Amino acid sequence: MEIKLILSGIFIFVGCFFVITASIGILRLPGFYLRLHAGSKADSLGQTLVIIGLIIYEGFNILSLKMLFVIIFIYIANPTAAHAIAKAAWVEGLKPWRKRND
Amino acid sequence: MFETAAVIILLSVFISGARLLKGPTVFDRILAANLIGTKAIILILLLGYIYGRPHFSDLALVYALINFIATIALLRFMERGRLD
Repeated sequence: MEIKLILSGIFIFVGCFFVITASIGILRLPGFYLRLHAGSKADSLGQTLVIIGLIIYEGFNILSLKMLFVIIFIYIANPTAAHAIAKAAWVEGLKPWRKRND
Repeated sequence: MFETAAVIILLSVFISGARLLKGPTVFDRILAANLIGTKAIILILLLGYIYGRPHFSDLALVYALINFIATIALLRFMERGRLD
């Protein structure tokens, strides 16, 4: 019981670290495509780690199966949404960020 | 443990909300709204464990579906100017 609690805590807090890193990247990076890069990958990794921690805490029953469905759906939907946002911005004519002095 | 994790996730929601408020283009706002929606899934799951009702995972699943469809519909509207 104790080792399960410690393991789920480790997963949940590593996931929280990734989520808050993605949010700081969303706020701080200079260009739109850089922000998209920070927000799409690191955020889905962090959310997946948090849900894996909850699955370890819960054990093996119907609730953890539902959380597994949430993970599968996040891994399908999050890259698709990021791709759609990038394609819409590119069609709209948004240029990638460059340094000023080149 | 769950309370601390929920507070951290809520803090990251507020940091994303700053980008939602000040984003230069509309796509920044759509990206930040999508991220806030996917963080709300995690927040619903953690809230279920805090209040001792883990059956909130059904709500999380439905929220994931609705959030994805909302993002796709908003982008389709931005690209074509109509929704059909």
